[in-house]
Amino acid sequence: MSEKKLINLTIDGRRLQVEEGTTILEAARHLGIRIPSLCYHPDLSLPGACRVCIVDVKDMGFYMASCSVQVWEGMEVQTNSPEIREARRDIVELLLDNHPKECQTCERDGNCELQNLAYALGVRERLFEGERKDFPCDDSSYSVVREPNKCILCGRCVRVCSEIQGVTNLGRHGRGFRTVVSPAHGARMDESVCIQCGQCVAVCPTAAFLEKDNTDDVWAALADPSRHVVVQTAPAIRATIGEGFGLPPGTTNTGRMVASLRLLGFDGVFDTNFGADLTIVEESAEFLRRLNGQGPLPMLTSCSPGWINFLEKFYPQLIPLASTCRSPMSMTSVLLKTYYAQSRGIDPRNIYVVAVMPCVAKKYEARRPEHYMAEGIPWTDAVLTTRGLIWMIKSYGIDLWTLQSIDFDNFPRETFDDPLGISSGAADIFGTTGGVMEATLRTAVARLGEDPGRLDFHEVRAVEGLREATVQIAGREIRVAVANGLVNAATILDEIVRGEKQYHIVEIMACPGGCIGGGGQPYPPRGMKAMDPELLALRAQALHAIDGQKTLRRSHENPAIQRLYADFLGEIGGPKAHELLHTRYAPKLPRGIR
Amino acid sequence: MTAIAQTDNLPEVLAAARAELPGDIVAFIEECLRQEHPESHLIAVLHKVQEHFGYLACEKLDAIAQLMRIPAAKVAGVATFYHYFRMQPRGRLMINVCMGTACYVKGAEKVVDRIREELGIDFGQTTTDGIFSLNSALCLGTCGLAPVVMINDEVHGKVTPDQVPALLEKAMLKARESMEQG
Repeated sequence: MSEKKLINLTIDGRRLQVEEGTTILEAARHLGIRIPSLCYHPDLSLPGACRVCIVDVKDMGFYMASCSVQVWEGMEVQTNSPEIREARRDIVELLLDNHPKECQTCERDGNCELQNLAYALGVRERLFEGERKDFPCDDSSYSVVREPNKCILCGRCVRVCSEIQGVTNLGRHGRGFRTVVSPAHGARMDESVCIQCGQCVAVCPTAAFLEKDNTDDVWAALADPSRHVVVQTAPAIRATIGEGFGLPPGTTNTGRMVASLRLLGFDGVFDTNFGADLTIVEESAEFLRRLNGQGPLPMLTSCSPGWINFLEKFYPQLIPLASTCRSPMSMTSVLLKTYYAQSRGIDPRNIYVVAVMPCVAKKYEARRPEHYMAEGIPWTDAVLTTRGLIWMIKSYGIDLWTLQSIDFDNFPRETFDDPLGISSGAADIFGTTGGVMEATLRTAVARLGEDPGRLDFHEVRAVEGLREATVQIAGREIRVAVANGLVNAATILDEIVRGEKQYHIVEIMACPGGCIGGGGQPYPPRGMKAMDPELLALRAQALHAIDGQKTLRRSHENPAIQRLYADFLGEIGGPKAHELLHTRYAPKLPRGIR
Repeated sequence: MTAIAQTDNLPEVLAAARAELPGDIVAFIEECLRQEHPESHLIAVLHKVQEHFGYLACEKLDAIAQLMRIPAAKVAGVATFYHYFRMQPRGRLMINVCMGTACYVKGAEKVVDRIREELGIDFGQTTTDGIFSLNSALCLGTCGLAPVVMINDEVHGKVTPDQVPALLEKAMLKARESMEQG
């Protein structure tokens, strides 16, 4: 590690020493001062666009944007004065002047950064009435709604789309007041190169980007007595749902979540983890076949629908490398309308499958033509995000978190229903980067005859976004790579295209940190931002903790999975498994440019 | 790796992009790609395409994006940022309304509002019949005549909103006459 030069400066009359290259905004945090900001995001580039974070630097003669100015020796900074406070307040007032006055009916009411900022800066009256924007709202996509009239042009979505995801679907078009953030030529989101990951939704400070809301469909299904309404929850939901009820990040809430779903009126509460275990059994079998020369290497994992969209639009030449396994959500849905329907004697046409996902791209995945049964019935009827479910629970009035008077003798069951509710710890870690790889390796090691096989593969837990490792399995060297965030994935994919790296298996998750950082996850608690490494680490630890506490930690040892093959599917990777559990991909236009 | 080639649509995408643009511009782009920062030539390419077609159609911008390997959102972002680039074909009659300080103070905004109302177009747009295009200018150097409207090379001074319909009518008749005369 090279030693960085230390810089001496004063902030609000207090002296401090920070490393060279630190910004004023970062330096102030060492003194316990959080300078108000808006366009700033610690993991994105720094345009200094909104000017909310201005501070007074002695002898400069103008206010400087603290997010993008690096400290210098002898710098004297004032973060607060009546004048600075007034200037900041004026900036936010001007933003509000052409912002719709719809706070009470806006989906971001209560967690809008603009709203919070206006409050914090003391905007208590509106002095001016500015010109309003009048752009059409674009709800063409299954996943993401673009509402440019609520856009304040901070550019976070443009930056995340390009710098983190490498998609660059969003750009600023036009100039001045008429600037609008949209795909090229104002194209519809569903006809653009958008991969529907929803990171624009996660970083947007207002409601200019929102997920497509499907809660009305679910309320209607729940109220329909002719429907058998079942729900499945993804591995990552249990690690984040508590945040919606004010619990600190990293608190697991599986039991309360299941009980809440029962109170909402679902007829069956199942676990996407079951589908995750099944995915591992199928995927590791596919991997071992390919390792033995039957099929191309490396094998690319296929659980993340944002990544699959990226593959089809940006790297279609690598489609043959992707695992053909359906995602855990789709596998679970398929089994709910076949295996479960048969065993319970219910007509699959009357079953309504709701999937609770950390992801907005799953809304698109559920509508892919490959994921429909005959007669045009979707395997997955509706997809809710973690945020959507939290809202439904609150909207119903369910409170299993803070009510003191709950009669626990009369409490709904807190465990998932059988048989699609039993899972191994390998399934829990699907929700975090490196988890699918680790789960695959646990089963692959055992299948290749190592006894007792390894359980922990710390070397593939890719907290930093990109990781390569070599794993010894039964005397063979298996070269693996794990990537989250599609810019990181693209680094690996480019190496594969150029023939520079020879991996055996590569795990790719579209969102930073994996599903725990998905586009459908709760907006971060105050003081944290989406993609915050600390937040992602807490959520990941929660999943690894559940895994560590389970005695069942290998997917293929899951007795419910073994029974499923014995009673219903037949052979692993056999014809029935292939028909029901595998899918296909095709190049999609417009072709993305990287 | 034969299976891999089968799913790659890049050759077709690039062939379609080449077909959108004249050969000399494709050759110019290819020359740019051989240089150190090909993306820095984007504006030069946009100029050439506008010079050739009179405006920058979406398909042309997409073709430039594919050939230069710059995301289309960036290409469109640059093209729409500069006043000089037109996203629609030029009409027979180019209306330039001066929005410089003097004209602005003397009510150019109200004149523009009336033109927008009469023609149903905004700055940078062309009427569906292809006759009028509307543009803004940032000072025509005739501040004594403010507010000033130019229709092709004819200067109209001290224009009021009420004069707009007659002005447009006259220009259209004149254009028709010259069309009929050949």
